[in-house]
Amino acid sequence: MILRIYVMGKAGNTKADSYLIDSKLSKKELTKLAEALSNPILENYYINESPKISGFSHAIEIGFLPGVTDNIGHTVKEMATDMFHFGKNADFHVYTSKIFFLKENKKEEVEKIALTLYNPLIERAYISPIKSKKINLPNKIQKVILKKNVPVTEVTLSVSEEELIKISREGIKDEKGLRRGPLALDLSSMLAIKDYFSKLKRNPTDIELESLAQTWSEHCKHTIFANPIDNIKDGLYKTYIKGATNLIRKQKQERGEEDFCISVFSDNAGGIIFDDDYLITHKVETHNSPSALDPFGGAVTGIVGVNRDTIGFGLGAKPVANTYGFCFGQPEDTRALFRDKEMKQKMLPPKRIMDGVIKGINVGGNCSGIPTLSGFVKYDDRYRGKPLVFAGTVGLISRNLPASGGIRKKLSHEKSAKIGDYIVMVGGRVGLDGIHGATFSSVTLDSNSPATAVQIGDPITQKKLSDAIVKEARDLNLYNSITDDGAGGLSCSVAEMAKECGGAKVYLEKVPLKYPGLAPWEIWISESQERMTLAVPKTKWKTFKKLMERRGVEATVIGEFTNSGKIVVMYKDKKIMDLDMEFLHNGLPKHHLKTEATSPQPSPERRGSSFPFQGKAGDEVYTKVLENFLADKNISGFSFISEQYDHEVQASSVLKPLSGPGRINTDAQVFRPVLNSNKGVVVSSATYPSYGDISAYHMAACALDTAIRNIISVGGTLSHLAILDNFCWCSSNDKTRLYQLVEAVKACYDYAVGYGTPFISGKDSMFNDFKGYDDKGNPIAISIPPTLLISAISVMPDLNKTVSPEFKNSGDVIYLLGETNDELGVPKVNLEKNLKTYLALEKVIQKELVASSLSVTSGGLGIALAKACVGGMLGCKVSLSQICRSLASADLKMFSESQGRILISVSPKNVKEFEKICAGIFCVKLGTVSKNNKIIITDGKNKVVETTVKKLHDIYHKFSNSQK
Amino acid sequence: MKNKKPKIIIMSGYGLNCEEETKFAFESVGGIADIVHINDLIAKPKILREYDIMAFPGGFSYGDDTGSGKAYANKFKNHLAKELAEFLSRDTLVIGICNGFQIITNLGILPGALTHNKNGKYIDRWVDLKVTDSSPWLKGIKKISLPIAHGEGHYVILKKEYEKLKKNKQIAFTYAKGEIFKFQNLEYNPNGSDYDIAGVLAYNGRVLGMMPHPERGVFAHQNPMWHKNKKVSKEGPGLQIFKNAIRYFAI
Repeated sequence: MILRIYVMGKAGNTKADSYLIDSKLSKKELTKLAEALSNPILENYYINESPKISGFSHAIEIGFLPGVTDNIGHTVKEMATDMFHFGKNADFHVYTSKIFFLKENKKEEVEKIALTLYNPLIERAYISPIKSKKINLPNKIQKVILKKNVPVTEVTLSVSEEELIKISREGIKDEKGLRRGPLALDLSSMLAIKDYFSKLKRNPTDIELESLAQTWSEHCKHTIFANPIDNIKDGLYKTYIKGATNLIRKQKQERGEEDFCISVFSDNAGGIIFDDDYLITHKVETHNSPSALDPFGGAVTGIVGVNRDTIGFGLGAKPVANTYGFCFGQPEDTRALFRDKEMKQKMLPPKRIMDGVIKGINVGGNCSGIPTLSGFVKYDDRYRGKPLVFAGTVGLISRNLPASGGIRKKLSHEKSAKIGDYIVMVGGRVGLDGIHGATFSSVTLDSNSPATAVQIGDPITQKKLSDAIVKEARDLNLYNSITDDGAGGLSCSVAEMAKECGGAKVYLEKVPLKYPGLAPWEIWISESQERMTLAVPKTKWKTFKKLMERRGVEATVIGEFTNSGKIVVMYKDKKIMDLDMEFLHNGLPKHHLKTEATSPQPSPERRGSSFPFQGKAGDEVYTKVLENFLADKNISGFSFISEQYDHEVQASSVLKPLSGPGRINTDAQVFRPVLNSNKGVVVSSATYPSYGDISAYHMAACALDTAIRNIISVGGTLSHLAILDNFCWCSSNDKTRLYQLVEAVKACYDYAVGYGTPFISGKDSMFNDFKGYDDKGNPIAISIPPTLLISAISVMPDLNKTVSPEFKNSGDVIYLLGETNDELGVPKVNLEKNLKTYLALEKVIQKELVASSLSVTSGGLGIALAKACVGGMLGCKVSLSQICRSLASADLKMFSESQGRILISVSPKNVKEFEKICAGIFCVKLGTVSKNNKIIITDGKNKVVETTVKKLHDIYHKFSNSQK
Repeated sequence: MKNKKPKIIIMSGYGLNCEEETKFAFESVGGIADIVHINDLIAKPKILREYDIMAFPGGFSYGDDTGSGKAYANKFKNHLAKELAEFLSRDTLVIGICNGFQIITNLGILPGALTHNKNGKYIDRWVDLKVTDSSPWLKGIKKISLPIAHGEGHYVILKKEYEKLKKNKQIAFTYAKGEIFKFQNLEYNPNGSDYDIAGVLAYNGRVLGMMPHPERGVFAHQNPMWHKNKKVSKEGPGLQIFKNAIRYFAI
């Protein structure tokens, strides 16, 4: 029977919750359930009757499309199961929806509003007029009904090259002749596969071909970084990224310094030493393509996905901090864009994407009990087609874990599936969500992009899984290996783990499904969320299974690890996949990539941070320029994001995302991952997409320098600092884009080696392009600017020495460390000078001589001063005349974005010692912090800025406040 | 009963997530704390008799689906109603923090209810609190600053019930203008709570429910004002609440 419970708030509400229930509950039971769903102080419930709605003309019901994860429905089912003691396969289904009440009378107006309330890719809307104060919604359930017959098909590859390309671009044909979605393999890969199977004298099955496409996808194989390029025969990754790390480690060992790298590039995250007892891990992912289509779902899965990379580090690290970074189009941009020529598939506008993504990280992070500490937001028109969503997680794991047989210990970062171990899938069930995610994110976003690639995360299912693994099963030594089910689903996780022992055999019918009727290939490659794959020894299976049951976590044996050298997949006693691991992992043909130098397009006027800059010396001009600059949302505050993310859970907070009475956003954050240790962890990140227009090399160098400088500025340690790279590129088939890539990667190598800061993990996303149509049906292509995010992580010996960026006390003396050059365009990083500066800074912070310390970044010294004043709600009196005499005008001194600089304030009692230590480096005394509200900047005899802290405070927070 | 190290049971499971730092806070002032998954307590409800203090920590049980605290409270009621009544009938203490507060109001052992913040958004920041009535948990505290982090912290109570609360001295904390307000100049009542209520009491002050997180204020460095004046004590303001609970059983 199908019934409906409405729950509606008592206080003047404009919406209600609806629970459509398909079950055999008695009336009494239903009442009990309705009582459980409502709080009598706040809400009323209605069973099978409409609440009385007065003063509204229409109701809009927003519910999920069939098969889309309905987290609330999941909870209601658990509540009912617990209350009525249902068995495992109870005949109880619930479909939740939200109902909004509107006063608008015209149907067209209501329809227009409905469009702003839902995303047609995952949700449905039903509009119903309110008659005699009643709503009348059809009790129609949204069940997934799939065809019963799900055969495994063979795919003939003895076809023309054109047909091979078509199969790859649009997918394998199903029995109705419809294409299933992209394999995203190039012709040479298709030919290699054809060749492999012709040697075996058989056709591949659909699941074999889909499996190869997952494993060989750009997303999984990082072919652009792996392939030879120009004269770099080992490829960019091996030569420059891993190459830098290897060299740094060797140098450290030769110098007798501690090599803190423990597990780099070999696991789901990078792991370094925290102290004698713990490792700290870091990993940053991107989730760009899904976030373009379903911003909320895309961002949730982004953050909970990278959490799983942490849980999948070694034998399972505990997530202790989240980081994020967003690149959006301009929120004011409301131009319509379509994915298809028929203008039916409309792209979401930047503001919707922004709101959805911000909320997604909110729900993913907050619900998981992981502090979301560090982040940034950038806005540029070129992110209009595809936004960038970075999500990172820092993890913590004991270096040694108990091994079998009492006091024996084993290293936590080492893991290996053993022959005969059960292949166990834990966590969520498998559905159609997330099919072709890996292949889809490896290509341009267009009308072929499959809607099924979108997934919605369920942070609570994952939280239960995470706690059961990293807080219990791991320390009971119940499994030999673990990895995350991410891109490519089981097809990738099983194949990856099979490398550890030499093979795997899977019985696909054993995989628990969300609903019946999935084809075997779909089960195999689905990216349904909240799942991990483990290798559990047979002798430990019972204990493991019991523990998972007690924690409400589903765990299923789906096969066995072998040493056959093959991945074999069975489905109902039939062998449907039989691939050699050697071919699966190493059969991808190599390409020799070529680049072509771009003629640099720098117009000399081009400013690094793109602000209209004209003016001569004189009060008003620079005051206004400074204020306008501070109002730029690429520079101003984003407290509306920081404060809606729980950054204090786990009680580890030391330097928060917002600092000082004026609540400025910090460039680096400090936290205490082990509560009974005084050691702190510092995280930061930096990216300068706008510099890339002029020089990709210097763009990369600046990002690296800034990420490091941000860390040192708050008290981090250069000798205990590691970095991560995230390359988000565009049109990577284009030789000039590849040239820029090589330039950027070379800078990464030069500066990482120069600073002695190894890369420990990285990720790339090479096709952030959009191809579609504008509102007139004209083709339009939008590519992101090449964007390199450098994240940094460091360990500081004593977190009590943390320094925050805002001015603290009037009378403190203000200094600028580092050299200012004529660099209104793209700055160049002077490694030797900066190295000296950073080491001196470390020393003065260790000696506790510094009251405030702010890394000078976009907007130069002018913005740095503004932020330090706003943060401390204190004024300052500063003279620019001592800054580099060769700089002619005040605008250069104010706004040059020269790297390697830090704005410091020092209490008068510490000035002498501070100046002594800084004697050998560029260190300019600028002035003093003042008690009054005034900010006065002079250059020689000219007063160039006069404004007030109050005014700058309002400007700094204006955009953020408008988003609340 | 008294003059001993009290044992604390800290509930966990289904998305509660502040159990480890709550355990740390209790243990750093001399308690013996166990984190117990609700399913383990359901399996062996008798173990509750061994404990003196029960803590419902913060978190996101069941993802706040259907309303914060509801689903966890229902599960607790379905299986442990008798044991809870028995626990409360002894001279014990109970604390519900944030999601824990939401759970124990849904359990019906504290008055009122919690709903969405008035601006509809989750918010994490520090606030000032004034201690109104007395409780073993609140000895020696008149005002205190602590962090909040919640989406459903708006305390709702009918006027008539509020009058009763006042009369029975059941108001633990109200949001107030103190040093954090002076420091950051943000609204003192961050979520629109009725009568500024941030925490309430029942069972003669033995049961405390509060939205702010004392376990996130046990070190001085957790306070946003610390950077301006690091020379203060290393302890954070929240620790006193845990000390009081331990002392209740020591004297």
